[in-house]
Amino acid sequence: MSVKKTMSGNERRDTINFYLYILPWLISFFVFTLYPMIKSFWLCFTDSDFSGRGNFIGLENFKRAFTKDPLFFKVFANTLYYVIMFVPASLVISFFIGWLLSQKIRMLGFFRTVFYLPYITSGVAVTIMWGWIFNSDYGLINYLLSLVGITGPKWLTDKRTAMIAIVIMSLWSIGNNILIMLAGIQDIPATYFESARIDGASTLRQIFSITIPLCTPTIFFNLVVGTIGAFQIFNQPYILTKGGPVDSTRTVAMYLYSNAFEYGNMGYGATISWCLFVIIMFVTLIIQGTSKHWVFYDN
Amino acid sequence: MSKFAYMKGLYRFGRVITYIILILCAVICIAPFIWMVLTSFKTNAEALRFPPTFLPKKFILTNYTNGWKMADFGLFTKNTVILSLACTIGVVFSSALVGYGFARFKAKGSAFWYVIMLSTLMLPSQVTMIPQYIIFTKLKLVNTYWPIIIPSWLGGGAYNIFLYTQFFKSLPKELTEAAKIDGANSFQTFWRVMLPSIKPVALCVGVMALVYHWNDFFTPLIYLNSTQKYTISIGLQFLNSTQGTARIGMMMAVAVIAMLPVLIIFFLAQKYFIEGIKISGLKA
Repeated sequence: MSVKKTMSGNERRDTINFYLYILPWLISFFVFTLYPMIKSFWLCFTDSDFSGRGNFIGLENFKRAFTKDPLFFKVFANTLYYVIMFVPASLVISFFIGWLLSQKIRMLGFFRTVFYLPYITSGVAVTIMWGWIFNSDYGLINYLLSLVGITGPKWLTDKRTAMIAIVIMSLWSIGNNILIMLAGIQDIPATYFESARIDGASTLRQIFSITIPLCTPTIFFNLVVGTIGAFQIFNQPYILTKGGPVDSTRTVAMYLYSNAFEYGNMGYGATISWCLFVIIMFVTLIIQGTSKHWVFYDN
Repeated sequence: MSKFAYMKGLYRFGRVITYIILILCAVICIAPFIWMVLTSFKTNAEALRFPPTFLPKKFILTNYTNGWKMADFGLFTKNTVILSLACTIGVVFSSALVGYGFARFKAKGSAFWYVIMLSTLMLPSQVTMIPQYIIFTKLKLVNTYWPIIIPSWLGGGAYNIFLYTQFFKSLPKELTEAAKIDGANSFQTFWRVMLPSIKPVALCVGVMALVYHWNDFFTPLIYLNSTQKYTISIGLQFLNSTQGTARIGMMMAVAVIAMLPVLIIFFLAQKYFIEGIKISGLKA
């Protein structure tokens, strides 16, 4: 009898302590996550301004988005374009370089530092730097291209290449992904490779039969996180092109920003944000769904 | 040639190619920085030239002095330091608290809340930012630093909580058992279990949070309206949008100055960044 009492006393103390310790996060969750999610859903059906006051307007925002606003679909198309161009390339490149780094090379620390540098310095300064590097007349890239006789495109001032320039800029900063892939590869026990080598498997064979399959959890993680992040791209287009030329780099996050924080139309902004959220969830669920077929966890 | 020698030759060739590719990538990573620094010492006339010069023919420092004054860099730096430190300290402490809670106490609902906490990592910030802004507007806290600082003190973000939880879970149970036997309450246990070994995780979380808040552009963008309150990232963009189109030398100089603190922190605390990556990647 007394044992039972102590158990539940402990349990109760543990429960109280648990909620006490996580209280800061719990508050943040209810105030800054759950409530805003519900409220922003509600806002989709209003014409609220900065203060949150507005009238209920039913499906007007959605009607406007889907039928009267040509920019609405354009920004989603632009953002999708960016995601498709950036995410797969970032996975392939970070895996490839991560694999090279795992090959017992000298100066691993040096390479790791150098590759991480672009990631750690990301910010307005680096973006502005890239803006100049992509300058059609005086920038580094077109100069290098001219050395091999190619006249470089107008990059950020040409609607066909502006988004590509932003993708290139983003791919330059994937040092973080490279190191994550490296950690994933280094995690594979060397014995697998030993026995494969003894069996006469070529390096290529080893990569495809051992390295990649055992890295699929890491690749999956990078794929999901990378996709969710890529859909939210804002800084580079905002700083470099302000969405131009001709709205070719206007992303969903930028469109949301201008509608909500520049024009003060919180209702329409909320509508845009929920559409983005639904699309991200949809894509994530698809990735999640297919993962059964290609992600191998050790068991 | 014997098969063995052939394989060995192929292996050597593979090694050479590996190094060549890695060095090429390293050059690609560093070249923009070098170009930026060199340009910052050139006059506009020289920088805006085709074909460009490599080393400055005329080496000037006025880009830096002009840039500092024009960008009001002293003020922006002070603002950024205050803001980043306030946020970083908040993150390091509050996520330690929350992480300890998740790691140490088995309570009703602890698994449920842990899953919820982790799933917020997947939430795009766009869904919550508008009502958050409305909350702060109603509290009349727009154009202050509070909207940026407060969330840092309330748990500091799911990723940091996750790092701490993993850390606390990895500590041997004996430490907490010993403290409990000595009659310590949970908070005393927290200090005793925490203090000795927390440095690596705390530094990891701390440097990442510091760099994140230092470079943060969007949150200050939506909340800060007066130039006096601008951080380096906002100030830099403001300068870029007004002066950037012609004064390349000065813009590059200011960009260099803006990047310097982060670079210094990175070089001093490299291993903590690497640790953070390893932990997050492995638990994927």
